[in-house]
Amino acid sequence: MIWPLIKGLGVTIRRFFSGPVTVQYPEERRSVSPRWRGIHYFEATEDGDTRCVACGLCVAICPPKAIRLVAVEREDGSRYPEIYELDAIRCIYCGLCEEVCPVDAIKLSRIYNVVGSSRSELKWDKKRLLERRLEKEAVG
Amino acid sequence: MEFVYFLIETAIKVIVVFAVVMLAVAYMTWVERKVLGHIQVRYGPNRVGPYGLLQPIADGIKAFFKEEVIPEKADKVVYVMAPAIPLVASLSIFSVIPFGETVRILGREVKLCIADVDIGLLFVFAMASLGEYGIVLGGWSSYNKYGLMGALRAAAQMVSYEIALGITVLGILMLSGTLNLSEIVRQQIEGHWFVLYQPFAFILFLICMFAEINRTPFDMPEAESELACGYNIEYSSMKFAMFFMAEYAHLLAASSLVTVLFLGGWDGPWLPPGLSWVWFVVKVGLLAFFAVWVRGTYPRLRYDQIMKLGWKILIPLALANVLFTGLFMVV
Repeated sequence: MIWPLIKGLGVTIRRFFSGPVTVQYPEERRSVSPRWRGIHYFEATEDGDTRCVACGLCVAICPPKAIRLVAVEREDGSRYPEIYELDAIRCIYCGLCEEVCPVDAIKLSRIYNVVGSSRSELKWDKKRLLERRLEKEAVG
Repeated sequence: MEFVYFLIETAIKVIVVFAVVMLAVAYMTWVERKVLGHIQVRYGPNRVGPYGLLQPIADGIKAFFKEEVIPEKADKVVYVMAPAIPLVASLSIFSVIPFGETVRILGREVKLCIADVDIGLLFVFAMASLGEYGIVLGGWSSYNKYGLMGALRAAAQMVSYEIALGITVLGILMLSGTLNLSEIVRQQIEGHWFVLYQPFAFILFLICMFAEINRTPFDMPEAESELACGYNIEYSSMKFAMFFMAEYAHLLAASSLVTVLFLGGWDGPWLPPGLSWVWFVVKVGLLAFFAVWVRGTYPRLRYDQIMKLGWKILIPLALANVLFTGLFMVV
């Protein structure tokens, strides 16, 4: 009856000296898996514009219909997205848009700490998605 | 003239002891959270100051500026008075606790004890049980069912553990033949520490002590998980902080008492008589650490288990201890 009590004290004192395993979040960050699916970004062409050809495959496959695309045709017949809007609140981060994209324009980064104070702030447009291409290395 | 010197000396001793105890109480909260944190493989407070050392001060400031809420149907006088009782009671225990060898300062013999009275132990027990009244009154007067439950439990626990505590100390009293705490320590310095003569009583005393100061595994009156904080549920701001400080002051007082009764008070090797109080502080610190360690280890007992342990196990064991002490003294 007494022995288990003493054993319990032994367990706690060993833990006391074994040191914390806490990750001190804002200063230290846990790295995420290489295949982590975080917020999206746009891959760019040489002149810094999006590689998106506005084919509409991502819009078609997106399960929660989080992507809004308005496609426009240039004079030379190539298409580009006039409006490309991704709703980060609707998105379920399944990564199907990345898989389906024929030109590898949209990709999922490893950024996981996305915050916003309003719903409209969390709608990523073309410009924001292109900018995130540069941020994506900063995290994780 | 002698009387004036005596007054000055006592005033200085009171101020020093009060300041040290209050500082120790403040940092006991830090120690508790830090040690519990490390036992649970995390850091504990580490944001305010280096190693979170300023946390008690931040907590104090926060408690001070919190809103004061008094329940509408509470018994206002008792409600306001209740937090002061345990704090005053547990602080006054320190007035009879001797914490060092007599030293010579400016040609005066200064006893390192505020009041070296002959009924020291009796005074300690009187004050220790008085502290419980604050908890009972506080829980009862706040007009809250959880508060009342906590108060009832505190009363029941006090009744059942005070007896065992008293009987346990009887063994020490039989050996020493005095209630004067300084005298008890002196006998241990000349002979051996009483823990060697009374190891059984030492363990029983520790267990009863945890019950007496309402600490885990016997923290029935507050039992967060079942009573939602129990007796102090309606208290806020500084009144809550006073209950809290009283709890830690009581813990330190009880540790000091164990040190005096069983661990030879300020007795220890290497240090000169003028620094003998360091040993006292070290022993009290270790006992306080042990209390936190126990809190980090054991779950809370159920109410009926506590009653069973108190009445059916601890009291018979304490009585047996008295019996065997008597037999050994006669033989």
